[in-house]
Amino acid sequence: MNVTVFNRSGISDWILQRASSVIMLAYSLTVASAVIPDTSYEAWSVFMTQTWMRGFSTLALLAMIAHSWIGVWAVLTDYVTVRMLGSLGERLRLFLLVLMGILLLVYLLWGVFIIWGFI
Amino acid sequence: MKDGRPVNLDISTMKLPITAWASISHRVSGILTIPIFALFLWVLQLSLESKESFQILQENFSAPLAKVFIILVLTVYSYHLLAGIKHLIMDLGYGETFEGGVIGAKLLFACTGISFILISWWLW
Repeated sequence: MNVTVFNRSGISDWILQRASSVIMLAYSLTVASAVIPDTSYEAWSVFMTQTWMRGFSTLALLAMIAHSWIGVWAVLTDYVTVRMLGSLGERLRLFLLVLMGILLLVYLLWGVFIIWGFI
Repeated sequence: MKDGRPVNLDISTMKLPITAWASISHRVSGILTIPIFALFLWVLQLSLESKESFQILQENFSAPLAKVFIILVLTVYSYHLLAGIKHLIMDLGYGETFEGGVIGAKLLFACTGISFILISWWLW
C-alpha cells in the first residue's frame, strides 16, 4: 500500500476524482453564467459574496485540492519512478509530492481568505 | 513496481493513435491547470478586493498580449473540462470500443476548437 494515495484506497480515489470533477464543472458553469452576461464590478461582487456562493466556492476549492492531488499522484507514479529515472525516482517523487502538498495548502488558505473576504 | 520485469515499451518509436493524444493532452492540461489555479486565485482576489483593484485588473486585461494569454489559459482549462466530460461519459459505458474512442477524441478536439472560438469571441 502506498501511503501517498489520497484516501489510501484506489476505489475512494477513483470516486473522489469523479465527484470533485463534477463539482468543479458545475462551479465553472455557474461562475461563467454569472460573469458572461454582466462584467461589472457591482454584479460580480454581489454575486460572489452571497453566502450560498461563498459555500459553493469553498466546496469547489476543496474539490480542486483533492482533484489536483489525486491527478498529480497518478501522473507522478507513472513517470517519476525507479523504472524511468533509476534509484533517484522514488525520492524525487516523494519530494515532488511534498512540494505539491505545500502548494495545495497555500491554495487552500489563500482561497478561503479570498472567498470569505479576509483579504 | 519492484519485480524487475523487463519493459519493452518505447513510446517514442510508436505512431500514436488519436485516442492516445487525447489521453496524454488530458494529463498535460491537468498539470498545466495547477499553476493556472494560482492565476485564477490571484484574479479572484483582485476582482473582489475593491472597485479600484477590479478596474486595474480590467485595464490590464484589455492589453492585446494579456488577452491572448487569458484566451490560451481558458482554452487549456476548457480542454481539461471537456476531456473530463468525455472521461465521465466513457465511465458510464459509452464509447468504450476503439472506434468509439476515436470518435470521442475527434469530438473532444472539435469541441475544444469551438470553445476556443467562443472564448476568443467573448474576450476580444
